[in-house]
Order: sequence, then C-alpha cells, then structure tokens
Amino acid sequence: MTVIETAATAAAPVRRLAWQLARVREIVTETYRVKSLMLDVTSWQGHLPGQHVDIRLTAEDGYQAQRSYSIASPPEDDLLALTVERVENGEVSRYLVDDLRAGDQFELRGPIGGYFVWTVATRGPLWLIAGGSGIAPLMAMLRHRARRKLRAPALLLYSSRSLEDVIYREELDMMARGDPHLRVVHALTRKQPQRWMGHWGRIDKALLAQAGFPPSQNARIYVCGSTPFVEDVSRFLVELGHDPLAVKTERFGPSGE
Amino acid sequence: MHETPISRGFRSRRQEQTPKDRVPPGQYVTTDFPVLSAGPTPQIKVENWNFALQLGASLLGKWNWAEFEALPQTTIKTDIHCVTKWSKLDTTWQGVTFDDLLKAVGKAEPPAGYIMAHCDGGYTTNVPVADLIGGKGMIATRYEGLPIAPAHGGPARLLVPHLYFWKSAKWIRRIRFMERDQRGFWESLGYHNYGDPWKEQRYDGD
Repeated sequence: MTVIETAATAAAPVRRLAWQLARVREIVTETYRVKSLMLDVTSWQGHLPGQHVDIRLTAEDGYQAQRSYSIASPPEDDLLALTVERVENGEVSRYLVDDLRAGDQFELRGPIGGYFVWTVATRGPLWLIAGGSGIAPLMAMLRHRARRKLRAPALLLYSSRSLEDVIYREELDMMARGDPHLRVVHALTRKQPQRWMGHWGRIDKALLAQAGFPPSQNARIYVCGSTPFVEDVSRFLVELGHDPLAVKTERFGPSGE
Repeated sequence: MHETPISRGFRSRRQEQTPKDRVPPGQYVTTDFPVLSAGPTPQIKVENWNFALQLGASLLGKWNWAEFEALPQTTIKTDIHCVTKWSKLDTTWQGVTFDDLLKAVGKAEPPAGYIMAHCDGGYTTNVPVADLIGGKGMIATRYEGLPIAPAHGGPARLLVPHLYFWKSAKWIRRIRFMERDQRGFWESLGYHNYGDPWKEQRYDGD
C-alpha cells in the first residue's frame, strides 16, 4: 500500500481564511437551470484550477447558510466564476440562480482544497470526466490549459442528460476546434438529437476503455459529478487497470441510496 | 472587516425544528448520507482485511476480521458533522472502542499522545489520543445494524463523532501512536489540524 503522508508538523501557525466580500459583476445563463456568477473579489489571493470556495448568505432576519462551490474560472482571469445548478428545494442554489442580480454582494472565503487540483506544471496526459455540473472545476483546468497554450494531450468525457443540459457547450466546441491535442467527447444519457455523433447513454466501461488513455500512459484523471456517477466511473477506471492514486474524485449531491 | 451584506429575498427554507444545540455553526441537517472521498472507493473483502495497532515501528497488536469481530462490541448513537456543511443526527454505529483496543493489547495507559490513522487508498488523519479514550472513539464495523457500505468506509472506519467527519477515516487498516503530532492528508492540505465543529475549525487558522 502506498502511503500519502507529509512530514509537516502540526504546530505551524497560519493566517485564517477570512470571509471576503464578493460583488456580482455579471450573471451568465449557461442552461435553463445553470448560471455562472462572475464575481469581483477585491483582494483575491489567487487559486489553483480545481479548488473551491465557501459562500455565506445572510437573510434579513440574520439567518445564515454556507455552501461550497467549485471555481470554474482559471487563475489567469480577473473575475472569479462560480457555476451554480438550481437544485430542487435547494435553499442556497435556488436563491443564487433565481434571485441574485448583478451588483449584489455576498460573503465568500477560499480558495479551499489542495488535492483535486491540476496545473500546467502537472506531468502526463490530462483526463477529465464530468457528470452534469461536475464540469465546473474541470472547466477551470481546461481554461487554464488553454490560457497557457499547453499542448500536452487532454481528454474530456462529459456526460449530460440532453444537449440542452450541456454547460459551456460553445466554449468547449471552440476549445476543441482550436486545439488538436484536446478531445471532447459528449455522452447524452436521456435525450439525443437525431444523428447524434457522440456517445449514447451513460459513460460506461466500454467508452472509458475505447476513448480513454490506456493505463500505460499514466494520465492524471479527475472525476467530478454526482455520487453515483463518480462511484461508477472511478470503479470502472480501477477495473480497467488505472492506478487508484492517479484517480482524483469529487462527489456532490445526494448519495442516491 | 466589512459589514455583512444582507441578501434580500433570501430566507431559510428549513422545515425541521432542530434544536440549536444539535447543529454546529454553518451546518445544515440532512437525512441523506453524502459520500465525500478523494479517490475511488476501495472494494475490500473481509477475508483479506486486517487491522494493526503500532507504536512507532513496533507492532502492539494485529487482528484479522474474525479476531476483530470477537473483541467486545459497543453500540453508540451520535450526531455526525461533515466539513462540507452537512450534519446527520442520531446515527447508530457498532464497533470496538479505542479503550477496548488498548485493553486487548494489555495497555492500561495509551503509550503516546497522538495517533495517525492509515487507510486503504493511502488516506491518513491525525487525532489526539485524548479524543479517542473514555468512549470517545471507536473502530466501527456496523452502521444502523448492517455492515458499513464500501462508499461509507466499510468494512471498518474510525469514528470520532465529536470532530469533523474527515477525522473518522474510512477504510482504516492501521493506527500508529506518535509521540509528536503530525498532520494527516487533509490536515496537510489546508484543513484544520483538530477540527472541532462547535468552534467551526474547518480550515487552518480557524
């Protein structure tokens, strides 16, 4: 068994991740239930692609709620982008998607998380596998890669319910057209257009084997999506012979149990 | 410092009447059991499972699944709190308390002040021994009366419910006593070294 351990001692004092003000500069409608919030955060310290932030909303009666959202923008951009999907009965996501307006402010702190990250300094092919709004942190990686004009092989397998549910569709098309080293494969699980050229149905083991990098290429693999999606995909990857330690995962939403 | 902005139109949609003393600051109650793990879920057969207690490099005790199941069993009902903001109330776990593990290796007193938990998949987390003794910590093998599902850490996970749940390491295989505290996996990646949910110790410096 490989052990991930550092020699870091526990004592070193550090500065607290303080709550900061984020001002909404613009709201981009991505799909009928997903929006991207483009935020001005005055003293943002920078982040790595894949990291997330905590946001905190305060109601008029003083009630507060905190949630985590992945950062979808690359470190190179001035505005911080959070891509939010409206969740049924979601207290915070419904407010962010339906009620928030440009000019509004809320609190945020971050960046958080140092494991599910990728930068152009990371060696090996980049393999991203997204389910639904799980594309957000992976998009930060792809945008970072594009801004830095990295020409190492990269692959995105992206599962959506239908074409209308695909987030960042045009930007992904443009990225793939302008970069011969990037492949983007869409899987549509519920509804496919006529003569659909992408994958029909869920991302399965056969698609991972046929479209993906072979284990011998030691790709860095990032899987993000709902819990059942990530459980299935990461199990398939291990069964196909990929090193479990090369597979980094981020799960969200209900466990589906 | 800034003034806290009010989000007009934002309000609580919480239906449940949860007593405030059950839910730490910044948490919300869920009836679901979300899964948070940094990698693939290891599929561990109990026939191949074993568990070791170590002091530095020396072995204090080692059990296979049947031997571990034969140790005294304790059941606890407790609330759990994940750093990703969900809390789950009244969860029931069965397993072997840290106190009973020490007894099983003939130790009246813990041999050091800190432990590192080592898990399948390479995960580690550090916990002060004071937070494990006196019935505060256990190696759990049952959740709600059933074997723990692999995604939730089965066959065996550490359970330290009064700390954020990343301390309750899934797929535990080894506990190593340490004279000096050292940081585990998330503790080295910006998360708080101790992780008390009631003090909202989510990240370093909190």
